[in-house]
Amino acid sequence: MRRAEIRRNWLLATPALILLLAAASGPLLIAVVYSVLEPGDYSGVVWKLSGEGWFRVLFNRDIFDDTVSLADAHLTIFWRSASLSLMTTFFTLLLGFPTAYFIATRPLRQRMLWLFLVTIPFWTNLLIRTFAIMEVIRNEGIANSTLMALGLIDAPIQMLYTDASVLAGMVYVYLPLMVLPLYASLDRLDFRLVEAAYDLYASRIAVLRRVIIPLVKPGIVAGSILVFIPSLGAYVTPRVLGGGKNMMISNLIELQFGEGRNWPLGAALSITLLAFVMVALIFYVRNMAGEQRNG
Amino acid sequence: MRERTGSIEEPTENGDATARRPMVEARSVSKVFGSGDSELRALDAVSVTIREGEFFTLLGPSGCGKTTLLRMIAGFEHPSDGAILLDGADISGLPPYRRPVNTVFQSYALFPHLTVAGNIAFGLEMLGRPAAEVADTVERMLRMVRMEAMRDRLTSQISGGQQQRVALARALAPQPKVLLLDEPLSALDLKLRKEMQIELKRLQTETGITFVFVTHDQEEALTMSDRIAVMRDGQILQIGSPHEIYERPADHFVASFIGETNFLAATVETRTGERGRIRLPGGLVAETDLFESMAPGDAVAAVIRPEHLRVQPAGSGSGLAATVATIVYLGTDTQYHLRLESGEMLVARVQNGPSGSPGLADGAAVEASFAPTAVRVLRD
Ligand SMILES: Nc1ncnc2c1ncn2[C@@H]1O[C@H](COP(=O)(O)OP(=O)(O)OP(=O)(O)O)[C@@H](O)[C@H]1O
Ligand SMILES: [Mg+2]
Repeated sequence: MRRAEIRRNWLLATPALILLLAAASGPLLIAVVYSVLEPGDYSGVVWKLSGEGWFRVLFNRDIFDDTVSLADAHLTIFWRSASLSLMTTFFTLLLGFPTAYFIATRPLRQRMLWLFLVTIPFWTNLLIRTFAIMEVIRNEGIANSTLMALGLIDAPIQMLYTDASVLAGMVYVYLPLMVLPLYASLDRLDFRLVEAAYDLYASRIAVLRRVIIPLVKPGIVAGSILVFIPSLGAYVTPRVLGGGKNMMISNLIELQFGEGRNWPLGAALSITLLAFVMVALIFYVRNMAGEQRNG
Repeated sequence: MRERTGSIEEPTENGDATARRPMVEARSVSKVFGSGDSELRALDAVSVTIREGEFFTLLGPSGCGKTTLLRMIAGFEHPSDGAILLDGADISGLPPYRRPVNTVFQSYALFPHLTVAGNIAFGLEMLGRPAAEVADTVERMLRMVRMEAMRDRLTSQISGGQQQRVALARALAPQPKVLLLDEPLSALDLKLRKEMQIELKRLQTETGITFVFVTHDQEEALTMSDRIAVMRDGQILQIGSPHEIYERPADHFVASFIGETNFLAATVETRTGERGRIRLPGGLVAETDLFESMAPGDAVAAVIRPEHLRVQPAGSGSGLAATVATIVYLGTDTQYHLRLESGEMLVARVQNGPSGSPGLADGAAVEASFAPTAVRVLRD
């Protein structure tokens, strides 16, 4: 590219860059600053430097005798966030791969229709969809009443407000984010290679393991990142389907800015979440860089 | 279709091919794609026997069903009717990975995520061969196709001709009973193509594996094959050695598809047994084999190859009187387009001697003569 062209392209990108910088770095800066201040009595912050916000991410200080103990509740929430997000990624991959494979192997004209069907959930507000799930799985909901009417169970099964219901909800919400990049990869896959593998004595499983998965790995990684990162920050799903006790990080953060009235802790938790996301992204970038090096 | 005396499968000239046992047999195999209005009969009751160690070529124009037949031997398509036998056993129900048959694909279909050596090892690994054996065989294959230096390259980092050789090595490594090659040379430029033709022939002789080769290039088929099956519209028209196919084409299509040829309207004069006398335009007569159904008085099509025609100035002998319409200089040969008195056109190909082409000019009156044995009649 010529120099003038490069300069022009930068100029074209400037408004977006300014917006991005302002929108991304502004709040981040505020969060960083608030995390090292003292909480106000009712809400907000007092402009006095303090490490208490960060300290409370991992530890508890007894109100009466100041004894320090590990913040078990927080650790549980971190663990739940990480494990639920990983499981969400795993299950969306498990369900999304066959779906994407199915779509990619349809005749060209049908594919658009199937892709369109996959994106339909995006048309409705997340909150409404989540309440719909709640309606299905709550004790008096459709699932339980059907099972009881069929005589399969005597009493309703507690499905709502469990980790499992949060997981199911997240898998449902993020499945399209997995299917689309997987489809993009599978669409580019040369199915003649699959035939070549069959010809060379590879069974169906071997073809999947040795040819298809290695070739669509970029799609698998992209889909996993697209699912894992928002899962980690999921707020609505755990709030509605997990109730008050099956919190994830976002719910904990919201609690600190709301009822907890501890903005510095909330800010410190936000940055902790950001750190989690950064780790996942670094993993992704490294993986992709490795891919590039190998062709 | 009328049958020639005996079968269309004539004894081959390198007699050992018929002596060997059948390796691939197609028994009245049909393949129908689609249904209803869009029904397409890609193969129509095709029967062929390919023998062990043969270099067998399927030759025919685009869309005649060559790939379809090959894919059925490989197991990617299943016959709508008929059976396919491999080494005496019916394999119609076996998936591709259970057939001791490997394919060299037209697009090569090399695995882009594996190295050259990784590609060659793939089939052996899938067969569960011990690592030491895999390594040995891969080395041997790399040497055989002269790719030792490229062993650790990715397949995207080697040239088209090298990819072709890797594809060959990959398909040969598991030592299949039959190697299927679907127009493997069509993506290569002419020079490389000639080199690879020789290379392929060498590999086939070295390994002794049965090759089933698909091409629509008649010259390639003639130079490489032990036997050729000429196909058209899902049917096999003739099976025979290159010599037979070229010298004794069974019908009009085979004659015109394989090399250049002249067609002449003739009449059967007399018949004795399988042979007979035919009368050509200009009052010439020739002795030749006749088909069973041909009787004296029948109008038949006779063919004569351009290189079997001699061109001389008029009045020098007993030939077909003609005038020179066009002269095409081809380096080794000169091609004369001759117009007969009846208006029919005839092409003669005359080899150029050390003193260049015989001095004939456009419009010259000439005579085209030929040995009586150079004429053949066609089935239709
Ligand atoms: N999967 C398929 N579905 C429908 N029709 C097909 C299919 N495969 C092949 N055909 C048709 O069957 C006929 C024979 O095809 P085939 O590929 O065997 O021809 P070919 O002799 O290999 O031609 P080419 O020299 O162009 O490769 C063609 O008319 C083709 O359109
Ligand atoms: Mg073909």
